[in-house]
Amino acid sequence: MFRRRGDRYVATFAVDEVRVLRKVASEVVGLLTDGFDHGDPVVGRLFPEAYPDDADDTAEFRLYTEGDLKTAKIDQAGAILAALPDGDGGGEVRLDAEAAEAWLRALNDARLAMGVRLEIKDGTDLGEELDDAVAADPASSRVFQLSVYAYLGYLQESLLNALID
Amino acid sequence: MGGMAAPQVAPVETPDTEEVPVSDRPWVTIVWDDPVNLMTYVTWVFQKLFGYSREKAEQLMLDVHHKGKAVVSTGARERMEHDAAQLHAYGLWATVDRS
Repeated sequence: MFRRRGDRYVATFAVDEVRVLRKVASEVVGLLTDGFDHGDPVVGRLFPEAYPDDADDTAEFRLYTEGDLKTAKIDQAGAILAALPDGDGGGEVRLDAEAAEAWLRALNDARLAMGVRLEIKDGTDLGEELDDAVAADPASSRVFQLSVYAYLGYLQESLLNALID
Repeated sequence: MGGMAAPQVAPVETPDTEEVPVSDRPWVTIVWDDPVNLMTYVTWVFQKLFGYSREKAEQLMLDVHHKGKAVVSTGARERMEHDAAQLHAYGLWATVDRS
């Protein structure tokens, strides 16, 4: 979890955390490049319709904004990848204020993407979801995905608290 | 026509308030509730993007959370589209509409 040290935001990650962060950031980049498809509900959530009742106005809004927005989202996911320790080990991550804000936005994008896939709703109790998923099959992908989703939330909140502090 | 007696006709239905032409009404940026964004994060984004005080940003966040949506900025259409695009970069669910 992140803490502020002087003008830097610092966290120490275990090897598993580095792997998870690399995976989720790479998945966001993949979604925005090779796999970009407006029909995908995850893309729909990351690029909302500016005019829900007007397809023409939405299309025009996208024409002018979508390229920049896509680049910004790829760059912020890239900020996670760039700051993670090299190789296959754990280690320390030190962010300046600009990188910290890019991480915040990128962690949020990753959580939004996972939230759509996991069908997180208002009032979803993550602990309960996780208990149910473990009871159904402790080795399932849903158990892993829910754990990662919860972890990213804690990490994002710790970074936000360090920034606001 | 001045001075002529007006014929008695049924009054035309008039709106309660003076009608502002649609084209003169300002536009708004609306943020909608979603189940993923952290409340603290949404508050921070409102402060960051709009320079709102913590109190105002928190109130807007609570409006989004409890009422399902809130108007976060008002003005010219181009400006609202800019705001919506910025909010999308931060992952908030924002739309543009007439006020």
